[in-house]
Amino acid sequence: MTAEHILNLETDVLVIGAGGAGMSAAIAAAQAGRRVIMTDRSLIGRGGATIMAQMTVAVALGEQTPDDWRYHYADTLKAGRGLCSEPLARLLCESGIDAIRLLDSWGVGWARSDGHLTQARAPGHDRPRCVYVDYLNTGPAVAKTLRTQVARDDTIHRFGDLLVVDILVEQGRAVGAVALHLATGQPVVMRAGAVIVATGGLTRLYRRNSASLNMGGDGYALALRAGARLIDMEFVQFFPIGHLAPRLVGFDPIMWDPFRYKLGGRLLNGNGEEFVEKYGHAAEKEGYTVTRDAATYAILKEVEAGRGSPAGGAYLSFQHVPEDKLREAFGPIIKKLEAAGIDLTKAPIEVAPIAHYHMGGIRVETDMSTDVPGLYAAGEAVGGANGANRLSGNAITEAVAFGLQAGRSAAAWSESAAPVDEARAQALASPAVAELRSSFEGRDRQVNVAALIVRLQALMQDHVGPFRSEEGLQHALRELQALRAELGDTLPGGTGPQDAVRMDALDLRNMLLVAEAVTRSALSRRESRGAHQRDDFPGMDDAWTLNQTLSLRDGQWLLDTQQVRRLDPPLRIPAAATTEDESQA
Amino acid sequence: MNTPKTGKPIYLNVQRGVGDGPTRIERFEVPEGAAASLLDGLRWVRENLDDTLAVRYSCINANACKECMMILDGKVVYACMARMQPGAEHQVAPMPNKARMRDLISQIAPAKERLGSDEEDDE
Repeated sequence: MTAEHILNLETDVLVIGAGGAGMSAAIAAAQAGRRVIMTDRSLIGRGGATIMAQMTVAVALGEQTPDDWRYHYADTLKAGRGLCSEPLARLLCESGIDAIRLLDSWGVGWARSDGHLTQARAPGHDRPRCVYVDYLNTGPAVAKTLRTQVARDDTIHRFGDLLVVDILVEQGRAVGAVALHLATGQPVVMRAGAVIVATGGLTRLYRRNSASLNMGGDGYALALRAGARLIDMEFVQFFPIGHLAPRLVGFDPIMWDPFRYKLGGRLLNGNGEEFVEKYGHAAEKEGYTVTRDAATYAILKEVEAGRGSPAGGAYLSFQHVPEDKLREAFGPIIKKLEAAGIDLTKAPIEVAPIAHYHMGGIRVETDMSTDVPGLYAAGEAVGGANGANRLSGNAITEAVAFGLQAGRSAAAWSESAAPVDEARAQALASPAVAELRSSFEGRDRQVNVAALIVRLQALMQDHVGPFRSEEGLQHALRELQALRAELGDTLPGGTGPQDAVRMDALDLRNMLLVAEAVTRSALSRRESRGAHQRDDFPGMDDAWTLNQTLSLRDGQWLLDTQQVRRLDPPLRIPAAATTEDESQA
Repeated sequence: MNTPKTGKPIYLNVQRGVGDGPTRIERFEVPEGAAASLLDGLRWVRENLDDTLAVRYSCINANACKECMMILDGKVVYACMARMQPGAEHQVAPMPNKARMRDLISQIAPAKERLGSDEEDDE
């Protein structure tokens, strides 16, 4: 394996991940005059979470009703149950305005009415604040718009089918990455002045998820191994009304949210009764107002009490909505549903919580720098802005706003960061390269790696999902250890193109590491808050108004706490901030 | 809309091979209920029978990523959209007009977004 040529690339800024955050970062870095390589394990701008977004993008544009980013900030903090990093939440809400206007100027096609952008009101927001693209087309439109901008810039080189395996670190500084080129099965070494992780979240760790295949938390694993701290890893958002039954083919399971925004709908238990008000929330007839953590809790408690729907969730009914209103709001989608045999005027559908977003992630400063000089993060890969629970609509805003910031910061850093020379990069990459060049194809294997991933997803769903306990979390830690042993130390699969076993094995390694980070953080937090609900420690404990951080040192976990980052002085919220809706605290 | 249980499995005859190498057909039996879509069926095969089967997809069920394009019984389909019928025997193949990478995975990335294409700045 010595003489064979290894493909070497060199750039100023390397962006890992080509979803909304990665593309925004690449655009900003290129605009700052730096050479950019953007990679994705899948196709550029098609994988990831951005393209899956169904509707809401929250930003205080004040087009529908007067608004101020500080009201959005206040709502974000309230939803985050005391754990939002205030500087990051401020960045999201304040710079989100320019980010979303920028997308508008690039022709994304936000829905308009009466000469202004239409803004819908989503749960947890005090007023209509969410722009969108009809019908259920927000994600595809945002992805396409960014793809077009990226493609226009010759200084952005974009390579799909490139799975980054490790970040190269020289004397504590990120200097590039080593990747597996899926099209050939060969390793690739990339040298860079700065590296941006924009790989999205970790929802693939769960059996029921709304994510792409490539949301297995690999960016968190890359950052951990490079020496960065993660934060808030215990907070995994379950989207309460993911589609459950009847089985639908070719629809995103989170599709019912836009229906709720436009038409309300009624959430009912297995006995046909409304139930969210039993859990201290505004009744369904008051509108669609219950936040995601609270609705998830209420649905699963009903199921636990034997009042679930037949498939194990809740009913969502639009039977009271006149057919013409349904068609007016969702014409083409109603037709698609009819073709699938679903008539919303005749029967309810069944919904249940589904892993959707990760509030935690890589710990960053407001310039998106991590603990590792030269290493930046953007989008869902970043932890901290959304605390213990994310508001509807904050994810795309975060992706674009944080992506642009990361791109600017990484560009500035790379101006003075001399890249390591090729020989040094080869030396740093050599352990990973050697492993990628060893083939175990055709060897007797005892395990089906794809089946191990399924077992991991079931374990996380059952024991590290919306409800947790000491016993379940300890069980999960033991089982993660067992799965790791079954996978073994050698990397199964071969060195040919698109080797499914090798890809699964690389993914599973990262998934096991990240699953352990979530489980250890969840075990340590002995209270219930937002998306983290402990059966054995119900209720919020003020002493736990802290963020947990996690890092790896010489293979050992270091779990720590830090005070929640506050703005000093605190932001003054203009008086009208909380007049409309106090029911969601 | 739910297909009644018939106890009949679905049979997938999948064209397999690497690059320009030889092609073989492998027949997989998928139990009824395990697969509403072709992609469900292929994922079930990977998780239960043969994890070496290479299939390209990203978004799983939303028809958003457009990566799972292949040939089902002679027609171009998105595997996540193609419904399966119990008892049916299906022929599954990669796209005929694209270079095969492995099994059902074809080269579908635009040339400008490929490493090793003419655009690359290989040193």
